[in-house]
Amino acid sequence: MQNKGEIVSAAWQLNCPVSLPANADCVTLAHGEGGRLSRKLVQERIVRVLKNEYLVALNDAAQLPEIRGPVALTTDSFVVSPLFFPGGDIGSLAVFGTVNDLAVSGARPLWLTLSLIMEEGLPLVILDRILESIAKAAEETNIKIVAGDTKVVPRGAADGLFINTAGVGELITPIPPGPASLQENDELIVSGPIGRHGIAVLAVREELGLEPVPLSDCGSLIRPVDRLREELGDQIRCLRDATRGGVAAVLHEWAEACELTLSIDERSLPVSPDVRGVCELLGLDPLHVANEGTMVVAVKQGAADAALKALHSLSETAGARLIGTVTPRGIAPVTVRRTLGREQPLDDPLGSPLPRIC
Amino acid sequence: MKYLDEYRNPREAQLLLDEIRRVSSRCWTLMEVCGGQTHSLLRHGIASELEGTVELIHGPGCPVCVTDQEAIDFACQLAQREEIVLTSFGDMLRVPGSRGSLLDAKTAGAHVRIVYSPLDAVELARKSPEKEVVFFAVGFETTAPATALAVKQAARDQLENFSMIVSHVRVQPAMESLVQAPDNRVQAFLAAGHVCTVMGYESYESFVEQYQLPVVVAGFEPLDLLEGILACVKQLEANEARLENRYARTVRSTGNRAAQDLVQEIYQICDRAWRGFGKIADGGLELRPEWQRFDARTIFAEPILPVINVDECRSFEVMTGHLKPPDCPHFGKRCTPESPLGAPMVSSEGACAAYYRYHGTMSHRRYKN
Repeated sequence: MQNKGEIVSAAWQLNCPVSLPANADCVTLAHGEGGRLSRKLVQERIVRVLKNEYLVALNDAAQLPEIRGPVALTTDSFVVSPLFFPGGDIGSLAVFGTVNDLAVSGARPLWLTLSLIMEEGLPLVILDRILESIAKAAEETNIKIVAGDTKVVPRGAADGLFINTAGVGELITPIPPGPASLQENDELIVSGPIGRHGIAVLAVREELGLEPVPLSDCGSLIRPVDRLREELGDQIRCLRDATRGGVAAVLHEWAEACELTLSIDERSLPVSPDVRGVCELLGLDPLHVANEGTMVVAVKQGAADAALKALHSLSETAGARLIGTVTPRGIAPVTVRRTLGREQPLDDPLGSPLPRIC
Repeated sequence: MKYLDEYRNPREAQLLLDEIRRVSSRCWTLMEVCGGQTHSLLRHGIASELEGTVELIHGPGCPVCVTDQEAIDFACQLAQREEIVLTSFGDMLRVPGSRGSLLDAKTAGAHVRIVYSPLDAVELARKSPEKEVVFFAVGFETTAPATALAVKQAARDQLENFSMIVSHVRVQPAMESLVQAPDNRVQAFLAAGHVCTVMGYESYESFVEQYQLPVVVAGFEPLDLLEGILACVKQLEANEARLENRYARTVRSTGNRAAQDLVQEIYQICDRAWRGFGKIADGGLELRPEWQRFDARTIFAEPILPVINVDECRSFEVMTGHLKPPDCPHFGKRCTPESPLGAPMVSSEGACAAYYRYHGTMSHRRYKN
């Protein structure tokens, strides 16, 4: 299979593009004991790669400048298996995931904390590779990693590497008012083809042997959100990155908040042929499959054209589509029109068809 | 997408719907045997469109729905043993036995793994010589060739740590048991396209002859199903009972001989208890004596615990057309996909799951136009 390391020496799934020599240096429990090895790990491997003016001080707490407006704060943990998947890895996922939560909340992402929980035996070259990926994603999104922590747990107590982040952003007015503000005839948009992240992880985790391997959409939503806000201002009702549970989960949450029906048309959903093929084969609904760089956007009636124009002007959201509208509460909180055009309930995803996708 | 969109063309579907309504002089009762067809009929809204013209009874062709509780209990028991990794298709995990599901067992610490193919279980056994890998082989004749192949592969690799709980079932004996029931309501059958792809459909000749009911082999996409339904209705209106193949792009009368030979080599026909139905004569497949070394029931002696019979699920009435899922008093109340009373609410091919998923929890009658 594509991207597979030559030697898979550990119990966790690496699926790493780096080939590992059998005697690769690994994270040991001593790296977590606070002594010389810990300092070496932090300074030579982590700070060297992620460095910025706040991090290099290595204080117990980062000392940050004052910001003007109200603050947005979010936290997230990442336990994806395998650590590397087509289109990303746990490092880029951790940065983009947290940054996207800030962006869709109406904030300009500023700072990130980064905690690494490493399993004894994690090859250091894997760690380096993930740190580089974190640095690249942070640079791309112009966010600074200002504080962090490392822990090492004995073999078997984690799965290679878990990451926890917290993100701080500055809220920019007008702040999208959120799903409780949804009204009849508001318009619903997705920012690109759906289900790519979940299918990419599924394909490598379950070794489905697909060629070409579907790529995750793992990426930043900062530019599309900025562009939408520039072009639409207060015409935006709410934004949400459609991660676990996919687009269906977002629509259900919104429907609950506004007590109206969110009605979509299956035929206008953007789904790439590779994702659709896997979904058809395994009996999954792309609406339930996770995304990591695709959002649902609700705008006021009549603003969809402007929103689509704004999204289509960027390469990462060139596949944005209008998928439905908000209607009075009807037969179900969320409905979908399929082949024959009849309005039917769309169910809320139950459990994940695939755990540990993020 | 090729091979999909041409069979989901809304305009052609509408023409077929109109044609079915035009030729029907009364409301006919058909059974689609296969759970995959049930889901397609509900997902695409065909069952609702045909209300009043054709009543569709959602038959027993959901293999995990008819898997006996005792087999699930046995699988859960094995999964709890330290040396065993119990592997199964994901669909089987949520189905409750009499003492919980495999998922419950997994939560409690049992070794349960989802595989996408029986050969993955063989591969797991090869890679984990210190473990006993047991595959829970459920399914109709469609799945049997793949599990037979797994046995052959394990034998070729001389694996001594691979075995199966064989719970395969056969479609036709179940159809016979349905039509022999004194309160049978089925007037024509849509035969399961995938089973026929493997087994062919010659064996239905005698069925049609004996019971004088139309049998039409049908596929799974909206146009396949509508064509199958139209063919049934036309026969019923003409007072005919013939065997027709409306899934000719996949199904040949003789089926897939290589797959049949493989099944024949590994398995023999046996009586089998079907959940909800009780024992069906010739209703299952079991390993032939020469392959018993791969039979988990032979290898692992477990004390046989009695099935705790608190099965409040009314799946038998659903699968025989005497109860529509939304009319079940438990539907969407005590019985939900999160907390199912029975298998049809959790399986991806179960009729109750199909209604819950595509029609919601409100009564289906609300969806009449």
